[in-house]
Parts: sequence; structure tokens; C-alpha cells
Amino acid sequence: MIFDTNVYLSRWPFRRLPNDETPALIKKLKQNQISQGFAGSFDGLLHKDIRSVNQRLSDDCKSFGSGTLIPIGSINLNLPNWEADVIACHEELAMPGLRLHPNYHQYQLSDDKVNKLFAMASERKLFIQIAMRMEDDRTHHPLMRIPDVKFEALPDLMKQHDQLQVTILNGMKSLRGAKLTSLTENPNLTVEIAMLEGVGGIEKLMKQVPYQQILFGSYAPFFYLESSLNKLKESNLGMEIEQQIIWQNARERFFVTDS
Amino acid sequence: MIWDLHCHLSGVDGKTVDERIAQLMDYADRMGVERLVFFMGWPFLTDPTPQEFRKQNDDVMQAISHWHDRAFGFVYLNAKYVEESLKELDRCVKNGPMVGVKLWVATRCNDPKIDPIIKRAGELNALIYQHTWFKTGGNLVGESTSSDLALMAKRHPKIPLIAGHTGGDWELGIRAIQNSPNVYAGFGGFDPTAGATEMAVRTLGADRIIYGSDIGGRSFSSQLAKVQGADIPEVSKRLILGGNLKRLLTPILNAKGIKV
Repeated sequence: MIFDTNVYLSRWPFRRLPNDETPALIKKLKQNQISQGFAGSFDGLLHKDIRSVNQRLSDDCKSFGSGTLIPIGSINLNLPNWEADVIACHEELAMPGLRLHPNYHQYQLSDDKVNKLFAMASERKLFIQIAMRMEDDRTHHPLMRIPDVKFEALPDLMKQHDQLQVTILNGMKSLRGAKLTSLTENPNLTVEIAMLEGVGGIEKLMKQVPYQQILFGSYAPFFYLESSLNKLKESNLGMEIEQQIIWQNARERFFVTDS
Repeated sequence: MIWDLHCHLSGVDGKTVDERIAQLMDYADRMGVERLVFFMGWPFLTDPTPQEFRKQNDDVMQAISHWHDRAFGFVYLNAKYVEESLKELDRCVKNGPMVGVKLWVATRCNDPKIDPIIKRAGELNALIYQHTWFKTGGNLVGESTSSDLALMAKRHPKIPLIAGHTGGDWELGIRAIQNSPNVYAGFGGFDPTAGATEMAVRTLGADRIIYGSDIGGRSFSSQLAKVQGADIPEVSKRLILGGNLKRLLTPILNAKGIKV
């Protein structure tokens, strides 16, 4: 039983991906012991009609797989009246969390509106996911070069909202050393393993980050699902720690119910 | 049967090469990787002098010395130094245990100055691995693309050549080598982006794709996943994961008395 914190639905803008139809993706997840997961939408990167993006995401999650995927709404803080999208995600679509792409939406985490969003999320007991990157910057379309999200402002921001759970998605390629530990000093900050590289990757990550703050994430369907599954085998974790990473940490932090 | 084309001694703890390769073999055992090809030492040197590449090759030969039938070495050369590279090729391949050549980013491989090295490696049945990338934002000055390799391949149509990283941006890399039948896609060292293997099989055929990991900076996990997770026939997976590399290395391994 695995909980996948990093799934996307709809279309990657630059090519079709295998399993980018929701029923096919859910079938693939289930075949590989993924019982549940948090799904955002690729449409949230570039579409300006975010309300309909989140509605479609919610509909897709409801229509297919009977609760396998839990929709996580996209919020673009550079859109006018973004606050209404937060309210809609929470009150109308019953989403438990929000997914941010500050680099695609061109703002910094130090912006005042991020603080305002964190306050809203905290008050509503929503969690936040922040995607650091979506693809290797060496393979970007030349007209769409998107820098990684910078996280320097995040520790202070989280201190101001000390009950808020924040997860960094796709961060493990370049968040290393002091950059990483300055973030994970806060026990409410979690990371997931989709872009974790290096031989024995999780073993090495656990020398820097407590395993209670490590989550399973696949970044399916952009990445082959087997990549993150293999990492559980390549590192010698032991059953107890593996269970924490693949299920318990998400259950305890995000009130996921056993299915 | 998994054979790994692309391994380094970096990215793992250990003060000596012997300690490092032993650790890497533990990880390989967990992932079912039977045979591994190592090249270059550490730190990575983009433009090594002859003295430096000799030292790095000594490190690799020391590392593989305890793993006779399991770990193989490719000699690291710098095509800026043709004469010295030819001598090193003889030292490490003709008269030593190595079975291939690794060329990185010191000079672009489309330059005909590289030809004596390619020709000599071909005579020795040494498999040639050329690093290739198409980087948005620009390559290093001497860094080859798969298109550069395709140009070079035309001058040596009978010598098998490997396009390292499949050009990095695999949608470009696969296309660049499509019409070069002696060029193989080295499938290690880029993100496990879904669809890459399916496109490569569709475009090149499974017999021109070779699995590699690029450990220790990369992982066996992510790179094996590209093959294990692809929607391609099992027979194709077997070719990519080991069959093709075994076929290409068998002549030189046999000549050296290494068990295949």
C-alpha cells in the first residue's frame, strides 16, 4: 500500500505522455500498489482559467478510480482575485491542499501574497505543495526556459504559520546540503523522492533529512512510475522506515485514511 | 541479465577506488545488475592532460582488478592529444584489461582530428562511448551533440559508436542518430521521462539501444525504470538491458579471456 504525493493529470504542454489519460494512469498506479495519491493538473502551469482547471481536476478524480486520486488545486498568485480560487478549492471542491508553481507563475516566495496565501491555507487547514521544477532545465523548450523555484524565504514563512504543512515536489535534484537542511529544520516541511538521484538515494537523503519528513512521490505520468518504486529497493530501508515513507508519513500529516 | 554500460566511481563513500567499487557492487546486487562498465576517475576532469587521464585510467584498472568477469573498463582519452591517446589506448586496451573508449567534452567529435583514435579503437574491437548532449542554453565549448556524432559515424561506418545520454534531450538525440546505423543510443544519464524508450524503440529499433545508469550521480533505480516501465515487448527489454551490450563486447571479451 503506497501513497503517492506527486501525481499530475491532464496534458504536459510539450508532448503526450504514456498514461496521460486518467483511467490509464489509475490502472497503472493500482497495478503497482499505489492505493492513493495527490494529483495536481498540468493545466495549472499555463492556463489562466484556473477555476475550470481545478473543476476538471476534481471531476476527473471523482469520475475515475473511486477516490484513488485526491485533487490538489492549482493557485496562481499573479491572477487577479486568486483568493476566490483558494476558497473554491476548499469550500466547493473539498480539496485538502493547494499546489503552487511559483516559477511558471512568475513570483517569489518572498512576495507578500505568498504570506497571505499561507495565512489563508493555515486558517482553512489546507496543506501546500510547491513544485521546484517540472523538467531538467537542459531540456526546456528554448522559448520556455523556467528557472527553479528559490526557497530562501520559506523557512521564515513557515515559522509565521507554524501549523502549516508544506511539501516540496521535484526538489531533490538540486536541493542539497545546507540549502536542504535549512528547510527541513522545520518538522512541518516534507520532501518527496521523485527527482531524488544518486546511487542509494534514500539512504543518503536520510543522513540529512529525518525519514519522518520524506514522502513517496513518483511524478507520474511525467516520469516512469518504476523510478520511484525502484528507489525503495535500491536503498536498504527496513520495513518500518519504508512503511513510514510510503504511507504513514502522509497518513499522519495529511489525515489520509487507510483504504 | 542486466549489463550496465555507464558507471563512475564517484557519488559513493570510500577513500580508495577499491572501497568505492565494492560499495557500488552492493547496490548493483540489490538491483540485479550483473555486469558493469566503468570509466573515468574522480574528480571529473573535462579536459585532462595525458598525465591526468593516465592517472584516471590507472584508478579504473585498479578498481576493476578485483572483479574480473563482472566489471569492465573503458579507457578515458582526450582527442586534443592524439598521439598520447593512441599510446594510452594501446597501454589500457591492447596490452591491458580495458575493453572500450570513453570520450567526453574536451573536443567535439565531428573534428576529423579524432579519426586516428576511432580507427585504432575499431581495430582493437574496443567499443567507443562518446558523451553527447543537446543543452538548451548551449553546450560546453568542446561538448558534442548526437548530430556531431552522426557526422563522425559517416566516416567510420563499420565501427560501432555509442551516443552517450542519447543526446540528453532524447527527442532530439534519437532523431539525430536515426540514419546512422552504426550509432547506438546510450540510454543512461538523463531523467526517467516517460515515453523516451518507446520513441527510441519506434525510431531506432530495440537492437540499437543500450541501458546504462551513470551511477553514482544517477541511480540504478531511475535508469532501469526507463526500460522496465516502458510499453515495449519483453524481448526488446532484454536486448536493451543487456543483450546489445553483451553482443558488442563479446569479441573483445573473448579475446581477453573474460567469461561472457
